[in-house]
Amino acid sequence: MEKFETLTVIVAPLDRSNVDTDAIIPKQFLKSIKRTGFGPNLFDEWRYLDHGEPGKDNSQRPLNPDFVLNQPRYQGAQILLARENFGCGSSREHAPWALLDYGFRVIIAPSYADIFYNNCFKNGILPIVLDAETVDRLFRAVEAQEGYQLTVDLEQQQIRTPDGEVIPFEIDAYRKQRLLEGLDDIGLTLQHADEIRAYEEQQQRQRPWLFDQ
Amino acid sequence: MSPRTLYDKLWDRHVVRDNGDGTALLYIDRHLIHEVTSPQAFEGLRLANRQPWSVGANLATPDHNVPTTDRSHGITDPVSRLQVDTLDQNCQTYHITEFAMADPRQGIVHVIGPEQGATLPGMTVVCGDSHTSTHGAFGALAFGIGTSEVEHVLATQTLGQQKSKSMLISVDGKAPAGVTAKDIVLAVIGRIGTAGGTGYAIEFGGEAIRDLSMEGRMTLCNMAIEAGARAGMVAVDDKTIDYVKGRPFAPQGALWEQAVADWQDLHSDADAVFDKVVHLDATTLQPQVTWGTSPEMVVGVNQTVPTPESFPEPVRQEGARAALKYMGLEGGMPICEIKLDKIFIGSCTNSRIEDLRAAAAVVKGHKVAGNITLAMVVPGSGLVKQQAEAEGLDKIFLEAGFEWREPGCSMCLAMNADRLEPGERCASTSNRNFEGRQGQGGRTHLVSPAMAAAAAIAGHFVDIRELSS
Repeated sequence: MEKFETLTVIVAPLDRSNVDTDAIIPKQFLKSIKRTGFGPNLFDEWRYLDHGEPGKDNSQRPLNPDFVLNQPRYQGAQILLARENFGCGSSREHAPWALLDYGFRVIIAPSYADIFYNNCFKNGILPIVLDAETVDRLFRAVEAQEGYQLTVDLEQQQIRTPDGEVIPFEIDAYRKQRLLEGLDDIGLTLQHADEIRAYEEQQQRQRPWLFDQ
Repeated sequence: MSPRTLYDKLWDRHVVRDNGDGTALLYIDRHLIHEVTSPQAFEGLRLANRQPWSVGANLATPDHNVPTTDRSHGITDPVSRLQVDTLDQNCQTYHITEFAMADPRQGIVHVIGPEQGATLPGMTVVCGDSHTSTHGAFGALAFGIGTSEVEHVLATQTLGQQKSKSMLISVDGKAPAGVTAKDIVLAVIGRIGTAGGTGYAIEFGGEAIRDLSMEGRMTLCNMAIEAGARAGMVAVDDKTIDYVKGRPFAPQGALWEQAVADWQDLHSDADAVFDKVVHLDATTLQPQVTWGTSPEMVVGVNQTVPTPESFPEPVRQEGARAALKYMGLEGGMPICEIKLDKIFIGSCTNSRIEDLRAAAAVVKGHKVAGNITLAMVVPGSGLVKQQAEAEGLDKIFLEAGFEWREPGCSMCLAMNADRLEPGERCASTSNRNFEGRQGQGGRTHLVSPAMAAAAAIAGHFVDIRELSS
């Protein structure tokens, strides 16, 4: 996993609540057995005017000019500004894979669905929670000014606006550390292999039917 | 020890290592695997040269991509086929038990776990699928995970987890005839909203829940995730134990007695404190029908489609406006006047034998209405299909004009060939009515199996309580 370093980047506003993972990456693209290559199909049904299928040449497809990510001013955006309950629905990790593959490293929203929120951290995406009022204010600022950029400083747990405002955010210390260091969860857990074995031995005595398979 | 909720007890039983900050490393007893969310996890395992920690804790089946029509020639779509083949190969390589496509025990992962007794009370059950909450019906802690976590469970048999807050949803009184587990859970979601359970583990209690069969409880817990809660659960009682007894993976003999004794504790203590308690009166519930593009957009069958102006908050008004546009509906229209094109009876929510019996009871002796272009029944597993055929349910459906299919997820999410065309309207027993969920441009109304069956016969929604009287 890539280490998370401080970014100063363009923000794209997606002004819809309850954006579900079916919308983030439609199911026909879940048939891939890889982790990469989902970016061109991120928000496929909103982004293109025709129906997308795996294997289709996306560069030849008609774009929906009204969809925010197709507007020239938001090209290169690495922060997605969103509304409440972002990432609801299916557990598909293809959703953060698609966001990452497209180029997003940060999402800012008032709230997220639990599984999606969790999945982001596993892939080096930082999902920031801000209160609805602040998010609303950011939406207005982003829409008002072309090329609007925010600085996201994970170390300091701060978002900095172009006019110098500092917006602090909360994040679990363990997750923060993992993002900053780009650490592999499995390797960390296996440092406790002895404790896992000890737990299993105790369970085997107390609840042997769980191991009789 | 201070009084604990069922969730506390399940959590405490599985702590391998408490990090002292509300997070812990939890042991995972059962890991269910399907073809869509596992290939990248196995690939990760392979690249890191790791082996599954406990092979026997895993059980796999292909369900999302499998065709529900004739399977004698395999899967036509090469992309789907590759994914299913990849699961077969991974299971062979790592010696994981798999009910492959040709196995009569194959089916939707959340149907076969309980059916096989692979889901037991007191377990932690995970799967790379959000509807894993289904298994909470057994007094288990069951939740969906992403693919990185699938790999983590394969490699370590554990997951690092943050403890959720606890919510009790008490559905009090008796549900009227015609009001099923599906209607109860849709009404719950209508009440608390699709994010109402976010950050919570929900325990369902109250008379109407205790009255539900195990299959009803599975339907209920299945949709906890649609209320935002990763886990839903119901306390263990005699129904739970009777259901599990004698199933292939369930303990036998002395171990069975020992297990049953251990499971007696799997309920919230009388004076346990929940972070949140919601009461719902079952006696006033109606059969439910969703009208929009989120499961919380739901009303009783005798009601009308709401107008956007009827919502207090501007955000919800806007949401309702967009949903009505997508759904091709007008506020104020009676639900019973909504005409349908397709009927789907199936999915991990409603494809078990009791669901098929309930639908068949409505269908028996009738024909599917002329405006319905496709009515299909997709049993949840090969064994459910066999059972239904033994009871003659397939004939009832076929004579009425339904198609009788092979088991799988099918048109719940349309990853195989079963899907809605743009603009088509479907009464569906599945769990999500999101835009495009059943096919791009498709319009989904979530209902119970009996309501879907009645809609197939009438061609539009009807109140099933009027049919039975």
